[in-house]
Amino acid sequence: MTGRADVRPVTRGNATGRTGGTGSGRPLWTVRRRDNLVGYLLITPQLLGSVLFVLLPLGLVLWYSLHEWNVLAGTFEFVGTENYDRLLADANLREVLAGTAVFSAGLVVFNLALALLLAILLNQRLRGTTFFRTVFFSPVVVSLVAWTIVWQFLLQDDGGVNGLLGAAGVDGPNWLRGEGTAMSAVIVVQVLKNVGLNMVLFLAALQGVPAQLYEAAALDGAGAWTRFRRITVPLISPTILLTSIITVVGSLQVFAQIAVLTQGGPGMSTTVLVYYLYQQAFQFHHFGYGATLSVLLFAIVALLTVVQWRMRRKWVIDET
Amino acid sequence: MRHETPTRLKTLLYGLLCLLCVPFVFPTWWMVTSSFKPVGEIFAFPPRLLPADWDVSAYGQVFRLQPFAGQYLNSLYIALVVTAGTMAVAAMAGYAFARIRFPGQNVLFVVVLLGLLIPSEVTIVPLFQMFHRLGLTDTHWPLILVPVLGAPSVLATFIMRQFFISLPGELEEAARVDGLGRFGTFYRVALPLARPALGAVAIFTFLHSWNLYLEPIVYLSSPERFTLPQALTQFVDAYGGPMWNVQLAAASMTALPVLVVFVLAQRQFIEGLAHTGLKG
Repeated sequence: MTGRADVRPVTRGNATGRTGGTGSGRPLWTVRRRDNLVGYLLITPQLLGSVLFVLLPLGLVLWYSLHEWNVLAGTFEFVGTENYDRLLADANLREVLAGTAVFSAGLVVFNLALALLLAILLNQRLRGTTFFRTVFFSPVVVSLVAWTIVWQFLLQDDGGVNGLLGAAGVDGPNWLRGEGTAMSAVIVVQVLKNVGLNMVLFLAALQGVPAQLYEAAALDGAGAWTRFRRITVPLISPTILLTSIITVVGSLQVFAQIAVLTQGGPGMSTTVLVYYLYQQAFQFHHFGYGATLSVLLFAIVALLTVVQWRMRRKWVIDET
Repeated sequence: MRHETPTRLKTLLYGLLCLLCVPFVFPTWWMVTSSFKPVGEIFAFPPRLLPADWDVSAYGQVFRLQPFAGQYLNSLYIALVVTAGTMAVAAMAGYAFARIRFPGQNVLFVVVLLGLLIPSEVTIVPLFQMFHRLGLTDTHWPLILVPVLGAPSVLATFIMRQFFISLPGELEEAARVDGLGRFGTFYRVALPLARPALGAVAIFTFLHSWNLYLEPIVYLSSPERFTLPQALTQFVDAYGGPMWNVQLAAASMTALPVLVVFVLAQRQFIEGLAHTGLKG
């Protein structure tokens, strides 16, 4: 509020009529000061919350990660970088990170491909588009655990999916118990739950592509695939980037689906980083190591965000 | 892309669309119908689309095995309080960041925005410790305070700010000439105009709270304080195996009301959620 001599006289002049009553030449409550106060008051809850529930915990997570802390044994001692040494030596973690990478990559590719396919189908000026859009979007509003429980039920060895396959003469595997199938099953369940969001974003982007471009390209003899590659993809590239960021970051936070469907199994095949963090901190009570894994998760999310925002300069065309 | 899609292509497209509907519709159908099947019929082969014998006993069991009505109320009141609180916090902060110039504004905005970069899973360990020291574990406080004031509300604040930035400045000047102060301008002029943005915020905040799973299982330990997502997984028999028809009955009661509201107001839902880029 200080050091802005260029502004002060003006506001004071403006304000004398309103602040009335102080009588002196320097009223305490100028409009600007009152505005400032209202501004600070309005942001106070959010700012306080950010400091208390975001910044402070972030600092604490770094602090905890330097300690050996077992809640059950009641120990809390400073061990320097010991937890980070353990992180590097943790053979389980390597498996977890590999699993997380497979999960995120599979999820993003399948999610974006299906979302784009659905959006293109909905963009064909057919009747009843609203109905199909509602159907594809509906799992987004179904309670996450309810959706997961139904799929757990469907994917049992003698469940609905294998029932349908059996009716078609195919002998389905025990999806959630097989090393190879469990991960794919979790990915598919998660994609079906949320693909509607990306679909709607793609649909909006597709509707923004000028029809004349397609017509001109068709006149030049470009086939459907060429038009898709040369017109659609470049023009919706900002949306492709946006959805991929949302989806990758979201995929790193998937917890309930794993906890309900597979508990990280069979073996450790579906133990993703968040689930491993939960196990270490809240099942094995290694809070120090849990905090270290939190730091790792934060580093990965931050890194991915930076990389993706950099990429946008390279391959996203004009965003205005 | 042509104005008239040929009939054969149309049939093909409709066929494809209907086929693609199956994995989106079938689970919900299967959840509801299986919850009415007697235990013996649940894994019947070949699968039956409708129960041969309608059996409502699973619905009674849901309430006998757990304090389900109370758990339902827990989820509902927490979601409503969180939604109202988030709308208030986000509207105020969003307005201030968008329309008022005050010293330190940009720095403070960046501080708040950091919340968008930090997944709530990163801070769950220290947050649990903080609430544990305050004696607030196994209460609903962490499930209300953190979403309303912490990282989850930052997205809402950001959306409200984007909305308020788009308001024409003349409106506020007019309000000023009419003698309204800053707060009056916010409350009487800007806020009523912000209904669409507030609606979007309300929808995604409610769903986020309604779906919360990691936080409840970390903070809560008494069944009568559980929220729905947590309660759904507790219907297990003496051997720890799921009691499918009971679990599906509870899941149906959790999912269907929201689904019905969605179908009635699908445009508001889809536009609201899509424009705010709700995450996982």
